[in-house]
Amino acid sequence: MSLLRVSDLRLGIGETPILKGIDLSVDAGRILGVIGESGSGKSMTALSIMHLLPTGTRPTGSIRLDGQELLDKHDRDMCTIRGKDIGMVFQEPMTALDPLKTIGAQVAETILVHGGTSQRAALAEADRVLGRVGLPADLFPRDRYPHELSGGQRQRVVIAMAIAMGPKLLIADEPTTALDVTTQATILDLLRRLVDEDGMGLIFITHDLAVVAGLADDIAVMRQGEVVESGPTGKVFRTLAHPYSRALFEASSHVPVRDPSLPGGEPVLVVDQLVRDYRIPPRRLFGPAGTFRAVDSISFRIERGENVGLVGESGSGKSTLARAIMALEPAQGGSIAIDGEAHDAKEGASLATRRKLQVVFQDPYGSFDPRQRVDTLVTEPFHLLGREAPQGDERKRRIATALENVGLTAADAEKYIHEFSGGQRQRIAIARALIIEPSLIILDEAVSALDVSIRAQILDLLAELSDRLGISYLFISHDLSVVRSITDRVLVMKNGKIVEQGPTDEVFRNPQHPYTRELIAATPNLERALATRA
Amino acid sequence: MAEISIVPIEAPRGTLLSAALRSPSFVTGAIVTAIFVGVALLSFVWTPYDYAALDIPHKLRGLSGEHWFGTDQYGRDVFSQVIVGARTSIAVALIAVGLGVGIGTPLGLWAAAKRDTIFDELIMRANDLVFAFPALLIAILITSVAGPSATNAVIAIGIFNIPVFARLSRAAALSLWARDFILAARVAGKGRARISIEHILPNILNTLVVQITIQFSLGILAEAALAYVGLGAQPPTPSWGKMLADSQTLVGLAPHLAIIPGLCIVFTVLGLNLMGDGLRDIFDPRLQRSRQ
Amino acid sequence: MSSYLAGRVASLILSLLVASIVIFVILEVLPGDPAQFILGMNARPDTLAALRTQLGLDGPAFMRYFGWVLGMLHGDFGLSYTYRVPVSELIVQRIGVSLPLAVYALALTLLIAFPAGLLAAARRNSASDISVMGVTQLGVALPNFWFAIILVWVFAVTLHWFGAGGFPGWDKGFWFGIRALTLPAIALALPQASILARVMRSALLDTLEEDYIRTARAKGLTRAQTLWRHAVRNALIPVLTIIGLQFAFLLAGGIIIENVFTLPGLGRLIFQGITQRDLIVVKSVVMLLVFAVIFVNFLVDLSYLAVDPRLRRR
Repeated sequence: MSLLRVSDLRLGIGETPILKGIDLSVDAGRILGVIGESGSGKSMTALSIMHLLPTGTRPTGSIRLDGQELLDKHDRDMCTIRGKDIGMVFQEPMTALDPLKTIGAQVAETILVHGGTSQRAALAEADRVLGRVGLPADLFPRDRYPHELSGGQRQRVVIAMAIAMGPKLLIADEPTTALDVTTQATILDLLRRLVDEDGMGLIFITHDLAVVAGLADDIAVMRQGEVVESGPTGKVFRTLAHPYSRALFEASSHVPVRDPSLPGGEPVLVVDQLVRDYRIPPRRLFGPAGTFRAVDSISFRIERGENVGLVGESGSGKSTLARAIMALEPAQGGSIAIDGEAHDAKEGASLATRRKLQVVFQDPYGSFDPRQRVDTLVTEPFHLLGREAPQGDERKRRIATALENVGLTAADAEKYIHEFSGGQRQRIAIARALIIEPSLIILDEAVSALDVSIRAQILDLLAELSDRLGISYLFISHDLSVVRSITDRVLVMKNGKIVEQGPTDEVFRNPQHPYTRELIAATPNLERALATRA
Repeated sequence: MAEISIVPIEAPRGTLLSAALRSPSFVTGAIVTAIFVGVALLSFVWTPYDYAALDIPHKLRGLSGEHWFGTDQYGRDVFSQVIVGARTSIAVALIAVGLGVGIGTPLGLWAAAKRDTIFDELIMRANDLVFAFPALLIAILITSVAGPSATNAVIAIGIFNIPVFARLSRAAALSLWARDFILAARVAGKGRARISIEHILPNILNTLVVQITIQFSLGILAEAALAYVGLGAQPPTPSWGKMLADSQTLVGLAPHLAIIPGLCIVFTVLGLNLMGDGLRDIFDPRLQRSRQ
Repeated sequence: MSSYLAGRVASLILSLLVASIVIFVILEVLPGDPAQFILGMNARPDTLAALRTQLGLDGPAFMRYFGWVLGMLHGDFGLSYTYRVPVSELIVQRIGVSLPLAVYALALTLLIAFPAGLLAAARRNSASDISVMGVTQLGVALPNFWFAIILVWVFAVTLHWFGAGGFPGWDKGFWFGIRALTLPAIALALPQASILARVMRSALLDTLEEDYIRTARAKGLTRAQTLWRHAVRNALIPVLTIIGLQFAFLLAGGIIIENVFTLPGLGRLIFQGITQRDLIVVKSVVMLLVFAVIFVNFLVDLSYLAVDPRLRRR
């Protein structure tokens, strides 16, 4: 008998069906990977099991834990099950802990609410559990507060709270999505170890196929409130019976077709010995103000038509570097030149220099002024042309060209941004960058917020534009597999320095610097995971 | 000391009017406010009696068909005084809030644009200082020094509206400055002043409108308090606060003299607050959703 | 913690400094000469000059400012022009009414607002939430002095449960004093309690949306447990700020309410000072009240330290 069996789970919010008859089962000691894109209903399924859905929503069907029906239980009874029989770990470790309570107290709370122990015994037990998840008491005293821990450490605390009572089932909803790859790898190891040691079942929810391929014993593929395919991981990946699973698989390992002819030799961007310091407030009262060197003597160049990747984890300084290149922040040393024209140390960049450079940001929802129409939005860079900015029919023609270049229509210029989906918005962001025909576009995590299938389309579009228009990209990402698929050369950044650079293929095949090796090893890799499995 | 809240910028558009009409708070508040504003405007062209005309023989009369709200201790018509008083209240509060928005919002926008500079620091410290003063006390001090008059009441109330709007505008603007679309505008070479006007101001308008209604109602209350202690509009100009002060000793004899102007204040303030709440709900799709 | 504390102390001192300058300057530009006022319109010029010297109205403004501030630091607020007694003596007499009134009103405010706000947030959209919201909506719109007049009409004039005004003095017995302050305290507290209850509710509702509340529920805490153990303390930070501001309002509002009930407090003293052009009294009492307000807000800043561990490490 399965530990957890979900059958015909249905849920609607208002008139909209969210879950349309979900069937899932998890066995003790096994990991079920639930995979799906946004809107697939994977989180709602987890919250249904926990009875933590938004108020006013009531699922139907059946959820049985060890044969016991959970769905018709009263909240009071669920409180004795949550935390004791079922633990849950959430996506965002930075906000998942109460900022005003110590980590020891928060872990002990799980033990205390389920009764039977004294405060003292609960704290001692909390100590033991925190040790199990890799936070030994001698390094991480129990009276620490969440703000004193890093994201990965906080996620360990959340895991400790979830497993403190030795639950039969653990649900982890995108537990590593907000973490860096090296941290992600350690958290995945921890979860695997806990499942093996405690024999609990684990439901691991993710959008990342490569992660489940390496971790899960069984997988279930969800789309729009339905499970389209499920079974043992190896078998599902071998057969890919359902067209959606196949599409998802292909999109995840998608490599856009690119013109193999090598880019021409003239430099578009030359960064030489760039230094960017931040002032940090003094540690002691009246102590000297410190500086933090976010970018430390960085030099590199990008040639016309070349796609260069910049990878690094959070805090590596890659965003700071990008902002310096965009002349949004002053540099404290070195120089930046675009198409041969250097940024001025005081004035930043002239309008003429700025014309050569555009940017596409990560968040398709935050990138546009919600009060303006698409034609106003995409023509914003015309400001850089001053008096030469196209007017009237010429302006209309340029808008139409820009929109058509990214696969939209001229008629879309009349709409407001909220009428578009995330993927479409990212196309509009690209159109905005293209409209003044820049030499270089900085893509700052430009595909990171997109679902894999949309991401594949945007990557194709970017590859095609680069080939056709001869534009160079500086492609900033934490996602190594994406960088590998679209760039000619790659820069690896750590603590404000470029630790390794070279042709993408070479760096990935034969990394020289230990940090690059660590990064590549930590990055979940679909092919490698499947190869190990087979 | 109102609850300051920043309205998210993704307000529904196009459907704004229909959303407004579906909000009971907004509709009730708007109707009540419209009545008081209408009556105040009406008083310019028509009052049943001359509000200052004495008629001692008919003093302290109760409510009747002849004198709808009765007469006061000098036989003056209370209804006429009330509607002229509405004019005073609304004018004082409106101009004071206008002063606050007109000076405070540009200061707040500028501080946000110049974040973490001396200028920002200076504006915010000055704000904190004004907040630290008991507003009413300083208003009393100012009007008592400069002499009691409606103009001085406006200035006294207006001064305390400046930091409210400066702080609110700055906070709302700062959350926008962190957005990617502002970065995009900067990459497009636009300067801070231009971005503040083109992108920031239109996106904080909702927040400002909500706060304006709230401050307007607080202004009505403050004007009444100043007038009550004799530091507002001077006789013979009637004002609700002054009417209350005069009625106080007569409350046993003629309670309607105390009740009517008081209810006028309560209803005006209530109307404005309901309108503010309604607007906040309409502008904030997050609240609407969770309300269902 | 030390830099947070130092910042707060520096801002306390700076606020007091600026406040004293502002008050001094406002009164400095006051039209009308206290000496003239005391002696009447027909006074001879040389008597006037003598009185001015006696009152310390001569000399450059900044010298008089320093004299005033230094005096206050020693507890010497100068001599009242009209009463011819030390201002500090007047203040000591009157503060025995004003301070208990403000504290009484604050206590009532908290006593009403906390349960009401908690109830409304805990039972969101229930009948109790809707009635709390309705009543407080009305309470926020009440001008306290009008409410005071209505209370006098109902409870003093009509029902004779309380006196219509005046203060017997604490030496007549504690309960007589409390009785005299009850109606004024209610009049002050109800509108403020309405504001605080609404702030409390919305702060709690905001907190209840946080991720860590969901985490707590996932641990097996009931709704009530999450509210008590996690939401209340986190919601306290914005609530404390409002309480600090409210104390300022209660002190200042007290000035007006004292007028309604003819209570011999600092408010009456200020108004008498204003009408009699007794500058030194007005100046000192206003400064004292501003000091009280700034100091209470300083205490609120310190209380954040107790609530929020993130500040302690700074």
